[in-house]
Amino acid sequence: MLEKRHQEYREKIRAFCLEKIEPLAATLDEEQRFHDEHMKPLTEMGLFSCLIPEEYGGQPVDTLSYIIAVEEASRVCGSTGITLAAHNSLGCFPILEFGTEEQRKKYLPRAAKGELIAFGLSEPDAGSDAGGTRTVAIKGNDGWVMNGSKCWITSATKAFATIATARTSEDPADRTITSFILEKDWSGYAVGKKENKLGLRGSDTAFLHFDDLKVPLENQLGEVGEGFKQALITLDGGRISIGAMALGLGQGALDVALKYASERVQFGKPISYNQAIQHRLADMATEIQAARLMIYEAAILKDAGAPFSRQSAMCKLYASEVATRAAASALTVLGSIGYLTGPYPVERMWRDVKLCEIGEGTSEIQRLVIARDLLKTMRTV
Amino acid sequence: MDFYLTEDELELKQMARELADKRIYPRALEMDEEGITPQDLIDECAELGYFGFTVPEEYGGLGMSATAFMGVLEEICAACAGFGIMLSVHNSLTCEILKLYGSEELKKKYLPVMATGEKIGAYCITEPDAGTDVASIKCTAVDKGDHYVLNGTKTFVTNACFAGVFIVFAKTDPEAKHKGISTLVVDAGSEGLSIGQPEKKCGIKASDTREINLNDVKVPKENLIGNLGDGFKMCVGILNSGRIGVSFQAIGIARAALNEAIKYSKERVQFGQAICNFQAIQWKLAEMATRIDAGRLLAYRAAQLKDQGKPCHRESSMAKLFCSQMANYVCNEAVQTHGGYGYIKEYPVERYFRDARVTELYEGTSEAQRMVIARDLLRE
Repeated sequence: MLEKRHQEYREKIRAFCLEKIEPLAATLDEEQRFHDEHMKPLTEMGLFSCLIPEEYGGQPVDTLSYIIAVEEASRVCGSTGITLAAHNSLGCFPILEFGTEEQRKKYLPRAAKGELIAFGLSEPDAGSDAGGTRTVAIKGNDGWVMNGSKCWITSATKAFATIATARTSEDPADRTITSFILEKDWSGYAVGKKENKLGLRGSDTAFLHFDDLKVPLENQLGEVGEGFKQALITLDGGRISIGAMALGLGQGALDVALKYASERVQFGKPISYNQAIQHRLADMATEIQAARLMIYEAAILKDAGAPFSRQSAMCKLYASEVATRAAASALTVLGSIGYLTGPYPVERMWRDVKLCEIGEGTSEIQRLVIARDLLKTMRTV
Repeated sequence: MDFYLTEDELELKQMARELADKRIYPRALEMDEEGITPQDLIDECAELGYFGFTVPEEYGGLGMSATAFMGVLEEICAACAGFGIMLSVHNSLTCEILKLYGSEELKKKYLPVMATGEKIGAYCITEPDAGTDVASIKCTAVDKGDHYVLNGTKTFVTNACFAGVFIVFAKTDPEAKHKGISTLVVDAGSEGLSIGQPEKKCGIKASDTREINLNDVKVPKENLIGNLGDGFKMCVGILNSGRIGVSFQAIGIARAALNEAIKYSKERVQFGQAICNFQAIQWKLAEMATRIDAGRLLAYRAAQLKDQGKPCHRESSMAKLFCSQMANYVCNEAVQTHGGYGYIKEYPVERYFRDARVTELYEGTSEAQRMVIARDLLRE
């Protein structure tokens, strides 16, 4: 179904990931450390500027290619996959989509050089209910003053800038939310405790705290009150990339399971001779392929400028559940050796992939988005 | 749920719950992060007689039923499944095989010191190339007149680093398949027995898992358990015990995960109300609770059949298959109920999720359980 250029792009990224990313994946997980070593090669490969036009120093590709890149990176290292997904879809995209020319010129060239941009929407008491944001920004004569905390920030420590949302009214009942571009170097901007996570342990997840943070007027992103809408639009795109991450992890798990099943001998023959194993592998491959088609469809719709909100929720929901099943199934094919941290990566993938059912909207929220769209449009296909 | 237990047994279960809540649970996070089994907790369990739970009183044990032990095991595993499996392997596998098949001399020599926890048991079957296919083990025991000489490698040995007694399955007739396997007691510290590095595992990190190597290890003839060549037969019998134990381990983990999910869903407010008010969450909790109860009933049935000395092959495998899948389902849903908080280590569901996974792998994978069940169905 892919055009030749997309096939070639995949081959290029796959070779790159096997050479540069995979060798470190287990170490990053085990040491719970960010992939600094990957930054230069990823930047040179253009993977931090997938969506950035050339005029801002980017190496732009279409959404489908970008999604393929996230898929292939995640196939060998989920942590690298989520860093890419968060930077491109959540960090760069809002500036491109909602930013002024000055903002684009200021931030995107740095982003294209591999300086990360983060995205802060969630708060301790505002997860699925993003409208419940408590971080507040009050406008003064020479700028805004922001107070509050954001959690689950991917690349929090490393990012030089963050797109963050805040309520912009002193009236607590007023839920008007606005977005801002914040810089790490500003006083009042602090990176909090790093999270000790089940998986994706090579990705840099931490809190951000804003304590009387002064935000210049020119760092307001888009119009006042547009923040919530912007976040939803941003997440529509982001969900395709989380779907791609799940897809890559599921595919990676299948890669390992297939090879192991052909090599492992029990009862005098490779375990792949058993129907129980064959059917497992067949189910994994079938579901993964179905997820892939859904994800690519959403990416193609986005590139075509067509509505894709329902498709992005659907592909994220389906791919994350499929990949979670596939990783669990792969672990089962390996048996107890799969439960060890090394020598096979399925245990890591199994832990990593669980996040895909949670991040950028839990499966419950995806179902809510899909159901709302169904009930609003009464369109069943 | 407790209609399988007598008043006395329920009291023992209640005591275990107190120990689990007050002493084990508070240290479970530390045990998981550091991968340790604290000696002082072992000592406390020893004082309560947990290392000789089903060992007859004449050998210094409590002489309780397997069913009663399962009640206790569920409580311990609800606090820390890694710690629980240490007790389960010791009681349900090592003490059990000695109790059922050991000579009077072996029982007198080993059971009293095992029942006090002085010598903890390790059970050694699996090898790098022999997992589900037990009959293909390569470890050998060669008859040298008054003793055997053992050579081979055993993997995934629980309790390896602090065990005083290793029950080792080896080929006394390498040509024969099943019928060439015999079972021997090997003392810790025997010359030629070396203990490997701890395995890094996904979960149950509080349990000690290692590879052991046997290099010309001399074992006296009288350390043979049962008859020569009966190893496979005994192994299959004892596995029922182990499988019932893993079922209760799974139940303990799942129950703890459900408790956390209920607690969290009542505290967590989104969209202006506790998330337990949403049907999406209520349905999850209801499904989790129902599956846990179903699993517990299957598992108690198997335990009781075993205590009655009735065949429980199919029932043990069914309990193990269902409970391990149930625990994975429940823990996954518990993490999902917590959202992002379920993915970090401050919340215990993250640990339960990792711990539950192994219940589908050891004491026979789910695939092996289905094999057992199907064979039994087709035989009739």
